[in-house]
Amino acid sequence: MKQNDLNFDYKFGFSKPEKSVFRVKKGINEEIVSQISIRATDKAMNSWEDLPSEIKDTYDRIGVPEAEKNFLAGVSAQYESEVVYESIQKELTKQGVIFCDMDTGLKKYPEIVKKYFGTIISPYDNKFAALNSSVWSGGSFVYVPRGVKVALPLQAYFRINARNFGQFERTLIIAEPESFVHYIEGCTAPIYTTSSLHSAVVEIIVKPGARVRYTTVQNWSKNVFNLVTKRARVEKNAVMEWVDCNIGSGVTMKYPSCFLVGDGAKGEVLSIAYAGSAQHQDAGAKMIHMAPNTTSRIVSKSISGHGGRTSYRGLVQVLPGASNSKVYVSCDALILDEESRSDTYPSMKINENEVDIQHEATVEKLGEEKLFYLQSRGISKSEAEGLLVNGFIEPVVKEIPLEYSIELNRLINLEMAGSVG
Amino acid sequence: MIGLKNLSVSVSNKEIIKGVNYSFEKNKVYALMGPNGSGKSTLAYAIAGHPSYSYSKKSKIFFEKSEISKLLPDKRAKKGIFLSFQNPLSLNGVTVFQLLRLALSGIKEPLAVKKQIDVLADKLHIKKELISRSLNEGASGGEKKKLELLQAIVLDAKFIIFDEIDTGVDIDALKIIAEYMSKNRKNKTYLLITHYNRILKYVKPDKVLVMSSGKIVKVGDYKLAEEIEKNGYKSL
Repeated sequence: MKQNDLNFDYKFGFSKPEKSVFRVKKGINEEIVSQISIRATDKAMNSWEDLPSEIKDTYDRIGVPEAEKNFLAGVSAQYESEVVYESIQKELTKQGVIFCDMDTGLKKYPEIVKKYFGTIISPYDNKFAALNSSVWSGGSFVYVPRGVKVALPLQAYFRINARNFGQFERTLIIAEPESFVHYIEGCTAPIYTTSSLHSAVVEIIVKPGARVRYTTVQNWSKNVFNLVTKRARVEKNAVMEWVDCNIGSGVTMKYPSCFLVGDGAKGEVLSIAYAGSAQHQDAGAKMIHMAPNTTSRIVSKSISGHGGRTSYRGLVQVLPGASNSKVYVSCDALILDEESRSDTYPSMKINENEVDIQHEATVEKLGEEKLFYLQSRGISKSEAEGLLVNGFIEPVVKEIPLEYSIELNRLINLEMAGSVG
Repeated sequence: MIGLKNLSVSVSNKEIIKGVNYSFEKNKVYALMGPNGSGKSTLAYAIAGHPSYSYSKKSKIFFEKSEISKLLPDKRAKKGIFLSFQNPLSLNGVTVFQLLRLALSGIKEPLAVKKQIDVLADKLHIKKELISRSLNEGASGGEKKKLELLQAIVLDAKFIIFDEIDTGVDIDALKIIAEYMSKNRKNKTYLLITHYNRILKYVKPDKVLVMSSGKIVKVGDYKLAEEIEKNGYKSL
């Protein structure tokens, strides 16, 4: 790879003065990487008893079975759903779909990986991308051949085991023309990890007429900095949909992006963020319109409570020549109490005249009158809060597969009640 | 049914209700009238248990035999008190079914709730789309009041307060609401708060109470309402 100067401004994206949480010396080796990831403990978590009590409590409250508990806690390498996974794999193989972890992908399909790896997010993109590109492990590799529509969502949940809860996950999805795939990562139960930095890179190529939906339910434990770069290249008449739910982690910074490079390409980001005590969810979206007749839609719903902070950070850029583009941005924030905070940083750079732009933003508090209204129907105050919050995120939740959306609603209610660690 | 004893209520340190004593009986329809700012709505909210009101030490509210002054609004609702709001708020992403299912969880099966809502919507001429949409969103004044009545029925409320029942309500909706009340008086007590006696043409109240400056100043039968209509409150 050509040696570039790393000190250039971002071409597309955000940049602001740095504030270091900590520093390490230049260069990269195993020692530096482990320094960056601030291992909280060197001792591997080998049993349920070793887990922090708040994580165990949460599992008990949401009623996760013992076998899953061990898996979710990252203490078990075996998981019963392997059987389920194998039968799915068989079906996928028949269709010519590849779905495996990235390490396997590179070994078995080097020609595909080499062709696309790093083409959407180069190692020079930002320092976390640089770090990830140097030391990545885990993540998923998905390849969908031309015209193939994958009926069931591909769930990383089935594929990964404890070992692969990669700290520097690298995911690559290639959807050939006219194909469709829905990929789901994460799960609603909190995932405990001893590594405090999670820095993943996700690259997606959506070829002409294809459609990819990528759903994330992020619930890392609260010691985690979750700094993720996600980007899709969307070609002619192709559709990319990001559904992004952030509930866990201490700090999340994540702005799924669509580069709309082909005529008629569509990009969508639907996101939900919940920030509770000592959490900062800095989430949003980026849409870069590079071709005519492209459409983008961003719907962001954020909730802050118990002193938490949410930020919406969005960028929509319409480049010269991207005529007849349509942009829709809607960001709504709900603040549950006086201690909590929400900020909105929308930015739009429109360099084309023939465009249709809509932007809506609302901030609301959970009003006493609405709560009283519900209470006067016999609903307790905390149930009423839950109902209103679920109603607030409903437009996004309905886009998520049912089994996740039910858990998501319950989890947010639990978080709000302050009963989850 | 509901007894008010020495009820004094302050809202942000201003006394609005000044020592009201009254007993509402079962199976009766009451009309509460009075000029703007006389404390009618505050009285209704106080019975429902508005959390930001403060009550004087001697104030007591009874439901049947038990004192409910200290109960939270949801506990009062569970006993059978229902407040229909003057301006029912719209609830984003929450349908009337979701609301009622939650309110009745452990009491009524969700499917039964759903069925009852559909039947009532038909009976009360509530458009289907209003039932499937966020509650009160894009509903007219009359439709909102009909949705309030629907909730009162599904919740099987015993003491139903209609705050400003005829404000912003078209005559057709008013007739439907009035007709329902006239037909379903058994084991129910209605308290209708109103400025005019428009609704009283369709539901004949057993008692008319007149409030002024935070007190009940006159009690009579429906003729009192007619008198007010003719001569206004000043003559009282």
